[in-house]
Amino acid sequence: METLSEPNTINKAAMKTYSFTEKKDTRSGFGAGLLELGRTNPDVVALCADLTGSLKMDAFAKEFPDRFFQTGIAEANMIGMAAGMTIGGKIPFTGTFANFATGRVYDQIRQSVAYSGKNVKICASHAGLTLGEDGATHQILEDIGMMRMLPHMTVICPSDYNQTKAATLAIARHHGPVYLRFGRPSWPVFTDPNEEFIIGKAQVMTEGSDVTIIATGHLVWKALQAAEMLSGNGITVEVINMATIKPFDGSTVLKSVMKTRCVVTAEEHQQNGGLGDAVAQFLANNFPSPIEMVAVNDSFGESGTPDQLLIKYGLDAPDIMQKAKKVLDRKTSQR
Amino acid sequence: MAELADLKTLATQVRRDIVRMVHGCQSGHPGGSLGCVEFMVALYGKVMHYDAANFDMDGKNEDLFFLSNGHISPVWYSVLARNGFFPVSELSTFRKLNTRLQGHPTTHEGLPGVRVASGSLGQGLSVALGAAQAKKLNNDKSIVFSLHGDGELQEGQIWEAAMYGAAHKVDNIISTVDVNGQQIDGSTEQVLPMGNLRAKFEAFGWEVLDMNGNDMNEVVNTLLKAKTMTGKGKPILILMNTIMGNGVDFMMHTHKWHGIAPNDEQLQKALEQLQETSDY
Repeated sequence: METLSEPNTINKAAMKTYSFTEKKDTRSGFGAGLLELGRTNPDVVALCADLTGSLKMDAFAKEFPDRFFQTGIAEANMIGMAAGMTIGGKIPFTGTFANFATGRVYDQIRQSVAYSGKNVKICASHAGLTLGEDGATHQILEDIGMMRMLPHMTVICPSDYNQTKAATLAIARHHGPVYLRFGRPSWPVFTDPNEEFIIGKAQVMTEGSDVTIIATGHLVWKALQAAEMLSGNGITVEVINMATIKPFDGSTVLKSVMKTRCVVTAEEHQQNGGLGDAVAQFLANNFPSPIEMVAVNDSFGESGTPDQLLIKYGLDAPDIMQKAKKVLDRKTSQR
Repeated sequence: MAELADLKTLATQVRRDIVRMVHGCQSGHPGGSLGCVEFMVALYGKVMHYDAANFDMDGKNEDLFFLSNGHISPVWYSVLARNGFFPVSELSTFRKLNTRLQGHPTTHEGLPGVRVASGSLGQGLSVALGAAQAKKLNNDKSIVFSLHGDGELQEGQIWEAAMYGAAHKVDNIISTVDVNGQQIDGSTEQVLPMGNLRAKFEAFGWEVLDMNGNDMNEVVNTLLKAKTMTGKGKPILILMNTIMGNGVDFMMHTHKWHGIAPNDEQLQKALEQLQETSDY
C-alpha cells in the first residue's frame, strides 16, 4: 500500500498517545495466532476453502498437515464439516473471505453451528470496503449484522495485527461458536503486543469528557486520528475500541456516555445491523443520548484503493470528526 | 444383539409409536418415518456400537449416527427411546411446548442421542464427514453412519460433501439414502428427476450398495456387509429402496402422507394394521 498522508503519532498532553512504527495486515495477525495455536493446542484444526494464502493459513497448513483440511471451493461443506469435527473434541477454525464465510453459508452456520452449539471458530478475512479493488461482490458490509443476530454467537472485529493475533488465541480458549472478522490491507499496528484479548471487554483507548467515539476494526485507528484532530479544537474524546461486538460491553459504554452524553460510532459495515445499531439499541434501552453513525448507508461498495473507498463512502478520520462535531451540537442544543 | 424376530417385533412397535406421536400433536412427518423403520431398528439393534445409558456429545470409540433428513424425527425418537436413550413415555411429548422432542431434532434441548440439529436439508453429510475426520484424528476406529432423503440430494451441499468424502478417502463413513421416490410436491420424477443415483455416486468415487429398506433381513445383512467394506479408502453409500408410509396401507405409495397427521379414525385404522406390543 502507498504511504498514507497521515501522522504516525497521535499526541495530546491530556490524552494517551498512540503511535505506530509499522503497518501489517490483520489477516497476518490471524495467521500468526493460528500457527501459535497449532503449536500449543493439539485439538485445534483448520479448514480452508481454497484461500489458504489469502487467509495466511499456509504456515499452519505446512507445519500441521494432518490437522489442516483443504475443502476446495465448497464453503457450505466446510462449515458442516467443522461442526462435525467438534464431535470428538476438535476446535475447528474455518477460513475464507467474510462474504463467503457468512452470507453464502448463513443457514449452515445457523443450524449446524449456532443452534447446535458447536465450538466452531468462523474466521473471515477481506471484510468491508478495505478489501479494495475486487469490488462490491467481495466487500461484504452486512456480516456483523447477520452474525450478531444469531443467538449465542460471539462476534469479534479486532483493530490491528496484534489484537487480531490475541483474539485468535482467545477464541480457542472460549467454548462456543465465534465469528472473527478481519481484513486485507496493511494497517497501523498500535495496540500492545503483550495484551491479552478478553472477549466481551471493550478497551478505553483515550479518556475524554466531551464525546465518546466507539469504533471497531480498522476504524479504531481512524477514530484515534479523529480524536487528535478534535483535541486541537479543545475537544476531549473518549475513544472506545469495541473489538467484541457481541457480547456487548454495556458497562464500558454506559460509563463513558454517562460522562460525555453523546456518541459517534464508526465501522466498516452497513449502518443497518452493525456496531452502530448495537450501541443505539443499548443506549435507547439504558441511557438515551444523541448518536451519530459513521458507516456505509444502505449501499454496496465498488472497486478502488482502500483509502479512496474510505473517503468516498465517508469512513475516514475527517468524517468521524464531522460526526463528532454534529453530535456535540445536538447535545448542546438539547440542554 | 437382538435376533431377527425381535427386530421385526420392535419395528411394528416403532410404527405404532410413529402414528401415535404424529396423531398426538396433529403434525409431523409419518410417511418417510414409516419407510425407514427397518433401517433405524436394525442400525440401533444390530449394527452400531454405542452406550445409550452414558450418552455424551463426543461419542469417542462409539459408532455415531446423523439424521440429515431431520423431518423423519418420529422414527428416530422412537428407536432412541426403545433402545434406552431416554424414557419411552417421553415420546408422548413430541412437538409439544417445552419438549425435548422438537419437530426437527436438535441438541438445543439436550436430548440424548442427538449430536447436531437437522431439518434444513443437505447439511448432515458434511457434519458426518467432519465427525469421521475427527475420529481418524483421534485414532478412533468406530464408524459414522448417516441417513438422507432422496429428495434431499437436490441440495448442492450434498455433492460438495460427496466430492470431499471420496477425494479425502473418508472410509469410516456409511451413508444411506432413503430412496422412496417421494417429496413434498410429488414424486421425485415429477419434481426434479435425479437420474441414475448409483452412477452419480460411483462417479463421485463412492462405493455403492443397494438394499430393500423394508426387508429387515436384507437391511441387517447389507449394513453388516457395509461395515466390512470400511477402511478400504472409499466412503460407502447405500441406496435404500423403501416405500413411503410402509406398514399402513392408506399411507403407502404416495407423497400425500409426507407431512400430515392422521385423524382419530385414521389412527385407529393404522393401529389395527400394526399388531399391539407395548405402547407408551
